Amino acid sequence: MLGEGILKGLAETAKNFAGSFVSEERLTTVEYPEVRLPQIENTRDFPFLVYDGNDPMAGLRCVSCQICEKECPPKCIYIIKSTDKKPDYVGKPQFYPARFDIDVSVCMSCQICVEVCPFDAIKMNTEFELSTDDRFGGLILDKHKLAKSNEYYQHIHPTEAAEVDGRLAEEKAKVEAKAKAAAEAAAAKAAAAKAAEGAAKAADRAADGASGQPSGAREGRA
Amino acid sequence: MSGTGIQSFLPPVIDVEAGEELLEVAMGPHHPSTHGVFRMDVALDGERVVRLKPVFGYLHRNHEKIAEKTTYLASMPYTDRLDYFCSMTNNWAYALAVEKLAGMEVPERAEYLRVITAELTRVQNHASAIGFLLQEMGASGTPLMYAFREREKILDLFEALSGSRMMCNYMRFGGCRVDLPAGWLDRAKLVVAGLPRFIDEIEALLTSNEILMARSQGVGVLRPELAVNAGVTGVMLRATGVNYDVRKVDHYGIYDRFSFRVPLGDHGDIYDRYMLRVLEMRESVKILEQAMAQIPEGPILDPKSKPRGFRPKPGEAYGRIEAPKGELGFYLISDGSGNPYRYRVRPPSLINLTILEDMCLGQNVADVVLIFGSVDIVLGEVDR
Repeated sequence: MLGEGILKGLAETAKNFAGSFVSEERLTTVEYPEVRLPQIENTRDFPFLVYDGNDPMAGLRCVSCQICEKECPPKCIYIIKSTDKKPDYVGKPQFYPARFDIDVSVCMSCQICVEVCPFDAIKMNTEFELSTDDRFGGLILDKHKLAKSNEYYQHIHPTEAAEVDGRLAEEKAKVEAKAKAAAEAAAAKAAAAKAAEGAAKAADRAADGASGQPSGAREGRA
Repeated sequence: MSGTGIQSFLPPVIDVEAGEELLEVAMGPHHPSTHGVFRMDVALDGERVVRLKPVFGYLHRNHEKIAEKTTYLASMPYTDRLDYFCSMTNNWAYALAVEKLAGMEVPERAEYLRVITAELTRVQNHASAIGFLLQEMGASGTPLMYAFREREKILDLFEALSGSRMMCNYMRFGGCRVDLPAGWLDRAKLVVAGLPRFIDEIEALLTSNEILMARSQGVGVLRPELAVNAGVTGVMLRATGVNYDVRKVDHYGIYDRFSFRVPLGDHGDIYDRYMLRVLEMRESVKILEQAMAQIPEGPILDPKSKPRGFRPKPGEAYGRIEAPKGELGFYLISDGSGNPYRYRVRPPSLINLTILEDMCLGQNVADVVLIFGSVDIVLGEVDR
């Protein structure tokens, strides 16, 4: 019968229309500003810089190695390296970015800066309501705007942050253990050197005594 | 083939001396049916198309030259932007070419992840292609919205996996970037279990619809000889009855392990292309079910793969896959440095578009929009 296919199709739309009043599954839209869908954990949009501690500028993990600047496909990162150094999270003196700008009108959210960063200093944000009426200055984020605390990172990407924190803690523990071992070794070496020195002196004295020479010149050299 | 036979598709003879004139219409570049910015310069004799000249390049972004100036990895996010409906398959084709170039192995689990994401991509691409085709036929919204409702679920899966809904940037040379988050596979299984119902719904809505049949059967017929000669691939080629699917022909990835069939058309008209997309979605669901049941545990990235300092040995490689729109290939020449010496994309959208005039000659001008829609192109890939 001509028109049977159309009627069948209309029955399908009627089913969907009626179903949207009773079934959550058929009513898929939400009224956005009032109702928000839960954030998906892996979501990414623009990068930010992670800092530890309370002072954003002192705690920045970035050591200004400029790898992300080089690897960024659309070249939206701009870094000026500092001339002086400040201690990083393990206490080693490192450079820091005197200037770190990201032009988010150029950034394409590809996450390659995060992948290549060897210091876990740059991560992806999930904040998406970034509209501004200043399209030049407002879309260039400097390091003050980019700096976000590690707690914020743990809040938006819990799984990933836990892994990163674990890795950093392990590294720090390793560095500390190494430093401790080095200190111990140095102390032991110093003690050994002292003991050796003492022994040498005693031997010298014995030799001096035996040969009858004055011992002042030798001791002065040692 | 129904209708009045091949005679009706031949261009009519215009007797200019007797005062007959052609009407030239520029359809596009901002015509709503052009899927982007694309222009067709159409010459009309009454309602019938006498000449059609496709004009593209409005969206040219210099993709290939940019790729030759940057590292291999930096091109990966740019491939997302070729065919922005199917970023997963674009990633796969590029990763495959680089893996051939550098001789890298892909771990088992990563191969499964690739198949799962690629087949999900195929389902959502075909669903939206059908939606857009019906939109151009005048079914304003309903089939498209049904398709987008389903696509949304798949895009949510992609976001949970890769962080982005469309610009996934998920695959890497020698594997995939991240492993599945907790609970992802169960959610994906739920979505895939819901797909057959959605395909049934689309079929109940459209397959036996008299208006769809009247407007698409015998319209935009493509002959198999012409399709093969023009290098047309994908659904367009299979709708003419030529059995050519890169998944079966090239044995890339692990497609040999799954049992699925390649649906073939008979007439090469718009209706066959619609029907084939529906059937391919059903086959993709079969592949997805098998892949999700079989996926093993293990590493997802070749340990040789590293994000920085990637320099393959001098040589050349061509990696190709069956993307939802046709055969997508990447051709790379390496000179041993950090960026490719030559980087070339074989875009299915562009090559499938070359036979547009042959399909449109002698048809009504309203059918040009339909024929164009049935090719299923994305201008990001045509222009690059």
